[in-house]
Amino acid sequence: MINFERFTLNNGLRVIVHEDKSTPMAVVDVMYDVGARDEDEEHTGFAHLFEHLMFGGSLHIESYDEPLQMAGGENNAYTTNDLTNYYCQLPAENIETAFWLESDRMCSLAFNENSLEVQRKVVSEEFKEQYINKPYGDVWHKLRELSYKEHPYKWMTIGKKLSHIENAKLQDVKDFFFKHYTPSNAILTVAGNVTVDQIKQLAEKWFGDIPAGKKYDRKIKQEPEQKEPRMMEVTESVPLDALYKCWHIASRLDKRYYVTEIISEILAGGASSRLFQSLVKEQQLFSSIECSHMGSIDPGLLYIDGKLLKGVSLEVAENAVIVELEKMKTELISKVELEKIKNKTESMLAFEDISLMNRANSLANYELLGDANLMNTELESYQAVTREEIMEECKRIFVDTNCSTLYYRSTIKETVMDADVQLRYP
Amino acid sequence: MLNRTIAPPIKDAIDFDITLKDCTRMSLSNGVPVYYINDGAEEVAMIDFVFEAGNNYENKNGVAVATNHLIKNGTTKRNAFEITEYFEYYGAYLSRKCYNETASITLHCLAKHLKELLPLIRELITVSIFPQSELEIFQQNSIQRLSVNMLKCDFVANRLIDQYLYGPNHPYGRVSTKENVEAITRQDVLDFYRDFYNNAKCSIFSAGKLPADFEELLDFQFGDLSLNNKIITVKHTRELALQKKHFIRNDHNGVQGAIRIGRPFPDRKHPDFKKAIVLNTLYGGYFGSRLMGNIREDKGYTYGIHSYLENHLEESSWVVSTEAGKEVCQATIDEVYKEMELLRNEPINAEELLLVKNYMMGLNLGYIDGPFQIISRWKSLILNQLDENYFYDSIRVIKEVTSKELLELANKYLVPEDFFELLVI
Repeated sequence: MINFERFTLNNGLRVIVHEDKSTPMAVVDVMYDVGARDEDEEHTGFAHLFEHLMFGGSLHIESYDEPLQMAGGENNAYTTNDLTNYYCQLPAENIETAFWLESDRMCSLAFNENSLEVQRKVVSEEFKEQYINKPYGDVWHKLRELSYKEHPYKWMTIGKKLSHIENAKLQDVKDFFFKHYTPSNAILTVAGNVTVDQIKQLAEKWFGDIPAGKKYDRKIKQEPEQKEPRMMEVTESVPLDALYKCWHIASRLDKRYYVTEIISEILAGGASSRLFQSLVKEQQLFSSIECSHMGSIDPGLLYIDGKLLKGVSLEVAENAVIVELEKMKTELISKVELEKIKNKTESMLAFEDISLMNRANSLANYELLGDANLMNTELESYQAVTREEIMEECKRIFVDTNCSTLYYRSTIKETVMDADVQLRYP
Repeated sequence: MLNRTIAPPIKDAIDFDITLKDCTRMSLSNGVPVYYINDGAEEVAMIDFVFEAGNNYENKNGVAVATNHLIKNGTTKRNAFEITEYFEYYGAYLSRKCYNETASITLHCLAKHLKELLPLIRELITVSIFPQSELEIFQQNSIQRLSVNMLKCDFVANRLIDQYLYGPNHPYGRVSTKENVEAITRQDVLDFYRDFYNNAKCSIFSAGKLPADFEELLDFQFGDLSLNNKIITVKHTRELALQKKHFIRNDHNGVQGAIRIGRPFPDRKHPDFKKAIVLNTLYGGYFGSRLMGNIREDKGYTYGIHSYLENHLEESSWVVSTEAGKEVCQATIDEVYKEMELLRNEPINAEELLLVKNYMMGLNLGYIDGPFQIISRWKSLILNQLDENYFYDSIRVIKEVTSKELLELANKYLVPEDFFELLVI
């Protein structure tokens, strides 16, 4: 049970406080309700580029990082398709520094042309490092475009293409900030060796006078039901053939989300999972296989990602996957199998809660979904899932017309390794 | 009206007192040392069995890793599936890791299940059988994974820089190849298992909300095994590459290059080591470092650039690592040396030094937050044959080291001629 208190400032900023007297540290987490799904299709990658710009100086403070480091703190941030999160950890005694820094950049950024210029380049390098310069790096660009035709989940957080980032203008940056970075669109979570009264006073002092701004009204095109199987094939210079399949699933707040989470665990949640045992160990068709889902707020995707063993054809491998999925649709899973997944979930959640940072982050995440207390009822939602619900959900998810398939074919026939490298060693 | 240009007062982190909470120590009947911390808010436990069974001890490349990985793939009583399912049924996570000197088996579970799970760990370290079929699947899948990794410039660069800095036969420089993996036999694995797990040198580290009979439980399961033997350590000599600069064309479609610039450095007991940690942090060890400030935040050549002292028990190396756009790789390399030059020529100003010190102190304060963090600090000290004095001395060095000392250190170590330089595109 994670204890917390919640209050809202007059400008709409929601504040959550989680006291933990066993630590000398404090975490300050500011989550903004904006992600890649709020971008315009011609300006993708913006929410993430913006996250970088948030460190380039704010209205009254030249640099975010240095004063925080001087106070013994460190920080990071991330952007997803749904949200943008900024968090820092520092000795609890210096917590006011974090309030000073975070509130100033909620007031306004410095909007500096040079910072934009540099971060455009940095993000371009990030794009190359993660998505271009790696074998199979473009898979998710392709899968998202194949699976989503309307919803902005069709592009990745990093952006659809490099040019969108390279062409970002300072005016776009300003518009984005004033549209999304308002107190009513944010959640401030403070955890650690603090008191609720102290945080109330600090929040009022530093965030209280920030103008509420105009409430952003999210209008996102929801994805229409997929009506036909979708298939794509690519041929690339990668060493192994790979198979990807994805299916549309329920949204984060739907009860069926928990059922889906358990389905992915049964299929590939560990070395005793079905796909691993059958396809990697027994039939030896894949050298690795994974099953997961996007964890997104709007209806997301459940996906299977497998690397084939040399000599196995994609058609044979795909059929073997389908056979396993058919079993899920026609036979109830065993009681033991379900109990195993529930036990794993229980301990996974307990381990997640060890870290102060995780606790703060989870509280913020759940508050963004509607209620921070979901953190304390999460386990019950998993425990309530039945075997019958799992079968029903599999029947609903694993149908051809709900599925997109990508064959990623390798052009490298012989695995050449190391020869080049060893020759060059003196 | 609030004046936002004025920073709130801070307590300089260097004025914080940092206390490393002690761990409980005991020995099993066979003398195996156990270090644990019984504390925490969640009903969870972690127990880590550390064996002197790293690749330092293997006679054939890859055998230590294979043994460690396959230790849970079959015993005289259960097959691989049954073993995994047993752990997973209890919601437990069993992980194995093989390092240079040590190899570990680590269990994360709900504390209430320790009693059911420890007997299976006993089984793994006493009667594993390493079925031929399991070894073959492991070999096949390792080779496939390697074939993908070899297309990544960062993976290739990491392998090569270690070879240049230690030599291809040194445990720190040794890498796995398709041929090595294929050459491993079941007998190799069985022999290694007998010599380093059945008859082992083992230490146990644990943390969490442990049961009241924890010590008895451990002694009952492990106190009668042959886990406290003297293992003869083979001393390896570092063989530096003859050539300093290397360029590898690995992927003709590559749009980025992996840069590694590294030099040999003594082990952590050397008097310069603790000071070097401070200098390294300032140079490339944190987000506000000189390298990040110049090469990412000013020039935008890279998504990230870091320098670090390698964490080995014996000798170490000091390495700069980054992936940069193909067309700016040379410019990046030039800047790395320019930043060394600045540190050799100009004393660090008082403000920057205080900032780095405060940052490091804050980090250390966070490092000892909670039983799981504290036990990993102790583990690191104990495996390095150090005690809390080393920890407190490191803290003292952070607080006291002067700009003059760091200038001297830079002149001693940040010398371009001593560095090996590698670019992989």
